[in-house]
Amino acid sequence: MHEWALAEAVVSTALEESKKEGLKEITKIKLKIGELQQIDIDTFKFVLNEVIQPQNPMIKKAKIELETERGILKCRVCEHKWAFKEMLKKLDEEESESIHFIPEMSHIYMRCPKCKSPDFEIVQGRGVWIDSIEGEK
Amino acid sequence: MDPRLNIIDKRLENIKRIVAVSGGKGGIGKSSVASILALCLSEKYKVGLLDLDFYGPSSHVILGIPTCNPCLTGRQASGRKDVYPKEEKGILPPEIYPPTSRRAGGIKFMSIIYYAKDNPLAIRGVDISNAIIELLAITRWDKLDFLIIDMPPGIGDATLDIIRFLKRAEFLVIATSSKVVLETVKKTIRMLKETGVSILGVIENMKFKDSLFIKEAINQFDVRLLGEIGFDKNVEDCIGDKEKLLTSRFAQDIKEIILDYF
Repeated sequence: MHEWALAEAVVSTALEESKKEGLKEITKIKLKIGELQQIDIDTFKFVLNEVIQPQNPMIKKAKIELETERGILKCRVCEHKWAFKEMLKKLDEEESESIHFIPEMSHIYMRCPKCKSPDFEIVQGRGVWIDSIEGEK
Repeated sequence: MDPRLNIIDKRLENIKRIVAVSGGKGGIGKSSVASILALCLSEKYKVGLLDLDFYGPSSHVILGIPTCNPCLTGRQASGRKDVYPKEEKGILPPEIYPPTSRRAGGIKFMSIIYYAKDNPLAIRGVDISNAIIELLAITRWDKLDFLIIDMPPGIGDATLDIIRFLKRAEFLVIATSSKVVLETVKKTIRMLKETGVSILGVIENMKFKDSLFIKEAINQFDVRLLGEIGFDKNVEDCIGDKEKLLTSRFAQDIKEIILDYF
């Protein structure tokens, strides 16, 4: 469960930040989940809400808000922009699994649909990102 | 905030020593030293080997590690099933040479090759950093005596990321008896010293005649020459065969260095 490792990383970061900010309790964490990582949202939520949160009093009652961020890629050669979703259906199971673990593998298994270059930028929607952490002092 | 950055220390907390096998130039034997060092250490210790050379990963070739994913390709042949990373609260690197009566430790192996296969990976610096962070954040090494990192040539993204994220890493710099290589080795050592990282020492690889200029040059930086690996014309015939590698002259030279410095 790769989702477990990422959920653990979110909680570890939230606890660290709350210490820096002098929070007594974390009340809300806003997360962006990039499409390229193809996170299983139900598994991710389950690990956060049912397994990790109950073990940490600081974060026990925190509301976790998840927002899926569209995967957008832009070719550095011809500047064409496209959506990850358009290309996902063309990938086989092994290719999409590799991108799930390491989104940079997209440079192997995907090409700019216009000029076929592997030299593109992941503009947004790469992976898990913490947008904000709220709490009570 | 990138949540992955915070978990890296935790993933490495049960590793006693981290050794980054580095060097400015390509073709000086970093991967051979890293792989055979891991192999020799695994006779006594629990060892992890992480190949961070994304453009030219080769540790798996040197050690003869099959890298297919049997779960996805349907190749369920015995002996190949456990050579792919498993998902369990992250990624468990496969133990390629499990401990035996002769081998105390075993080697856990992680490489981009599991995901890139034999495809060329043409990526830029920011993507290299992201892929390194991902590997460091999701790989669960558990308890190790040594994590050996096979670094790419140069002092670019991978080196800067290891300095940034693996504060405990000790750099082992590889040189050869070449004035051309020495120029880059000196730059590598200067950069490592300026950033305050620990330098375990230098190994002079592919030594084929007596000369002191490498030793004298690195002495000026107050860095130790750990030893020499003689030019071994037979080592190519041992590639991919761990038993042959272990009995090579290359491995014997590495074992002497291990006795003195590991």
